[in-house]
Amino acid sequence: MNEKRTEPNAESGNPAAGAAVPRFSAACGTCGSTCGPQPPTATHGGDGNRQPVANQTSAGPFAAFRDWRLDRAAYARQWKQRTGGKVIGYFCTYAPEELMYAAGILPVRILGSHEVQNVTEPHIFGMFCPFCRDCLAQGLLGRYEYLDGIMIAQSCLHIRQTFTSWQKHVPIDYSYYLPMPHHVQSRHAAPFLAKELAIFQASLEDWLGRKIAAPALENAIDIYNRNRQLLWRVYETRQAADPPLSGEEALEMVLAAQMVDKQDHNAALESLLARLPERRLPRPTGARLMILGSKDDDIEFIHMVEACGATFVIDDHCTGTRYFWNNTDPDGDPLDRLARRYVQRVPCPTKDWPARTRVPHAVALAKKYGAQGAIVMQQKFCDPHEADVPALTKALNDAGLKTLFLEFDVTVPIGQFKVRVEAFLEMLREDDLF
Amino acid sequence: MGETVRHQTAPLKCWPKAKELRLKYYEDYARAHERGGLRWAGGAWSFSAIPAGLGRDVYSLTSEPYGASIAFDKALSLRCMEATERAGFARDLCAYMRNYWGSVLLNEYAFGGPFPKPDFLWQDHICCSHAKWYQVVSDLEGGLPHFCIDVAVGPYQDVAPHKIDYLVNQMHDGIEWLERTTGRKYDDELLIEAVQNEFRTTSTWAEVCSLNKHVPAPLEEKTMYSLYVLGTLNKHDRAVADFYAELRDEVRERVAQGIAAIPNERCRLMSDTQPPWGFLNIFRYMEEYGAISVGSLYTFGLIGIWEDQPDGSWGPRTTPMQQGIVIKSRDEALRRYADWTLSKPEWQHFYSPHLKTAMMLRIAREWKLDGVLLHYNRGCEGLSVGIAENRLGLIEAGVPVMAFEGNMGDEREFDEARVKARFDAFMETLGVKKNGRA
Repeated sequence: MNEKRTEPNAESGNPAAGAAVPRFSAACGTCGSTCGPQPPTATHGGDGNRQPVANQTSAGPFAAFRDWRLDRAAYARQWKQRTGGKVIGYFCTYAPEELMYAAGILPVRILGSHEVQNVTEPHIFGMFCPFCRDCLAQGLLGRYEYLDGIMIAQSCLHIRQTFTSWQKHVPIDYSYYLPMPHHVQSRHAAPFLAKELAIFQASLEDWLGRKIAAPALENAIDIYNRNRQLLWRVYETRQAADPPLSGEEALEMVLAAQMVDKQDHNAALESLLARLPERRLPRPTGARLMILGSKDDDIEFIHMVEACGATFVIDDHCTGTRYFWNNTDPDGDPLDRLARRYVQRVPCPTKDWPARTRVPHAVALAKKYGAQGAIVMQQKFCDPHEADVPALTKALNDAGLKTLFLEFDVTVPIGQFKVRVEAFLEMLREDDLF
Repeated sequence: MGETVRHQTAPLKCWPKAKELRLKYYEDYARAHERGGLRWAGGAWSFSAIPAGLGRDVYSLTSEPYGASIAFDKALSLRCMEATERAGFARDLCAYMRNYWGSVLLNEYAFGGPFPKPDFLWQDHICCSHAKWYQVVSDLEGGLPHFCIDVAVGPYQDVAPHKIDYLVNQMHDGIEWLERTTGRKYDDELLIEAVQNEFRTTSTWAEVCSLNKHVPAPLEEKTMYSLYVLGTLNKHDRAVADFYAELRDEVRERVAQGIAAIPNERCRLMSDTQPPWGFLNIFRYMEEYGAISVGSLYTFGLIGIWEDQPDGSWGPRTTPMQQGIVIKSRDEALRRYADWTLSKPEWQHFYSPHLKTAMMLRIAREWKLDGVLLHYNRGCEGLSVGIAENRLGLIEAGVPVMAFEGNMGDEREFDEARVKARFDAFMETLGVKKNGRA
C-alpha cells in the first residue's frame, strides 16, 4: 500500500570496490591499558574549552583529520584568508553542501562540544535534545565567530530551534531555512526540492553578489562525489577480519569531512588509502560492533568502548555513513540531481516513513561488515529515533545481533557506560565460547 | 486591570449539543463496521475532508483529541503510558501518542469496549512525531495501510505555486491510494462538500474566538476546549460547521447582552500549548482571582483560519464561498484546501518562534491581555518548540509572562500545587488579589 522509492541499502552508494586487507602496524596514539600513555588534550568545539580526551589518532595517518576537527576554527580562518571565500555553518546533513561550495563557500557543520553549559536554558526548553542545545551553546559562546552565515535544511524540530535562536541572538550576516521535504518516499519530493534548491541558489547569489556558474556547480558535485567515494573505500576496508582502522579513527575522518574543504579532505583520504594496505591496529580487533543512532561525535565514548576490547566496524548515524553513503547522479540537470541525491540518501528517521527503509539498510550494513553486536545510542529526547528504536532493535536481534541501548546526553557517564559495555562485550564473547 | 465589576453570566445554551456531537463522533467510529462503513485513524491536523470522498459512511478517530480524552482519565492514562513503556518506547515521547499506543496495546477504547481497529491510516506530517505515530500504530496492529502527507513547505508568508503543487500532488496520490486501499470509487462531489464544510468550520471558529476580544469575555478557555474539540474531530463535517454557526450566533448574543464567562473578570490572560488535561481545575483556580484565560494561539489557531481584516485587526479568513467562488473540480478543491490549510496560524510556529511571538503579541494587544501563561509542555514537542524564545520575545515587548512546566497528557509530569503557587506569585506581581479584591 505504501508508495515506492529507491530503497537505500548496504549495497547502494559509491561503486568503489572493497580495498585489500591491510596488515601493518602504523604509528598510533595510545591510551589506557590497551594503548599506552595519555594523549594530548583535545578541543571539542570550534574555539572552545579544552577537554582531555584519550585518543588513538594523535599521530599517524589519521592525525590530520583529528587536527582539523580540533582546530576547525583555525582551519576555517586560514581557508578564508587563502581563498577569500565565506564560511557557512550548517545544521543537519541534509544541507546541500555542493551548492554552497560551488558559490565559493566553505560549508562547516555546527557541532557541540560535549561540555556542560549554562547558556541555552533561556532559549531552548530542556525537553529538547542535548545536541541541539549543545550546538546553540557554541554559537552563544562565540565559538563560531568565523562564520559568515548559517543555514539549515529542514529536519527535526530540535535542531531547528538551534537555527532560529542562533538567527536572533548570534550576530550573523546571512541565514537561510531550506524546506527540505520530509516525504522523501514520495515521487513529488525531489521535484519540490529541486525548486527549493533553485531559490536557495538565488538567495546565495543575491548575498554574494555573483552568479554560481554551471561549471562550478558541476565541479562541486564531482568533488563531493569523489569525497564520498573515498570515504566509502576506506569504510570498505573495515569489512576485513582485522580492520586497519578503529571506529574512533573512522569517526575522526568523517567529522573532519564535515568541517574542511573537500579538496583538502580528498587529498588526505587519497594519502590514507595509499597507506591503509600496510596498516593494522596495534591491538586485537576484539568484538566487531556497529553503532546506530542519530548523531555521534562523542570520541571519548567510542574510545572507551574500543579500549574495552572491541572495534566499531560500521555505523548508521549522521556523523557516519548517513552523511556520505549516497552519491549524486552524473547526468541531468544539476539541481534535479542534487535534489534526488538528498531525497534518496539513507534517511533520518524523521523522514523515514511511511515505510521504515532505514531498518533493513542498517541490518544489511551489520551483516556486510560482520558486526557481532550493536550499540543503539539514543540522544535523549530525540523523538524520531525513539520511535524507531523498538523496531530497529527487534530487527537487529532477529538478524542475530545482540544490542545494547544507551541514552546519551551532552556529557556521558563514561564510568557507568563502561560497566554496561564490558557486560555487553562479555555477553558477546559467551557466544564464542558456546 | 479594571475594577471588580460583577458581570452577568449564563451557561451556553448550545453546550449540551456540543457534548452530544462529541459522544456521537466516538460512537460512530466504534460502530462504523456494524453499518458497513469504514474507519480511519489519523491526526486532527490531517486533511480529513479527503477521505470523506469515499462515502458518507466513513468515520475517523483523530489521534490528538483521543489522546487527550485518555489523559482526562488519569487511571486509564497511567495504564496506557505504562503499557507503552513496557513495549520499549521512551517516556519522553509525545504524551498523546503514548496514550494512544497504550490504548491499542491494552486493546481498550476510552469510550468502552475493545480498541476499534481502523481500516486505514490517513495522516499528515508537521512535527517529528506525526508520521512516526502511525508507523508504530501500523506495527502494533499487525500492518495497516498508511498514507501521510508532508506539509512542511515553509511558513505561509512564503507560499508559492510549487509549494502548493507539492501538497496537491501528494493529495492526488492519496486519493488514488484511498481507492486502491478501500476498493471504493472516489466521489469528487463529496470531497468538494467536505472541503467547503471545513472552510466554514475553521473560519467560523476564528469568528467565535474574535468575539472574545470583548470585555468581559463571553467565553473562557476551559469552556472553549470543549467547543474547539469538535473542529479537531470532524472539521469537514456539516454538523460541526453548522454547530459553529449556531455557537457564533449565541456568542454574538452574549456579547450584545454583556453576558460574561466569569462574573468577576478583571485580569485577562492567555495560555499557550495544550493544557494539562488531567488538571483543568487550574482554570477554576485562576477565577478565584478574577483571572480569565480568553484563549491562546493554540485554541484560536489550531482549528481557526485567520486573516487580516480591512481595519487591520485579526479575524476570520474569508471563505471561497463568501468570495462567490464555485469549486468545480477535484484539483481545484485540493488546491484551495492546501492553500487554506497552509495559512493555519498554529502551523507557522513550526518554522520560527519569532513568527509565533509576533502572533502572540498581536493576540495580547487585540484581546487586551494583562499577561501570558506559558505551558512548557513536556508532552508535545510540536507546540513547545521555540517556547523559550516566545517567553523572551513577550518579555522584551513588555508582556508579563508566567512559565510553568507540565505535560498535557502524562499526569506524572505535572505538579498542581507548584503551578498554583507560581500562579499566586504571578498574580501578586500583577497586583491582583483573590476573590477580585484590589
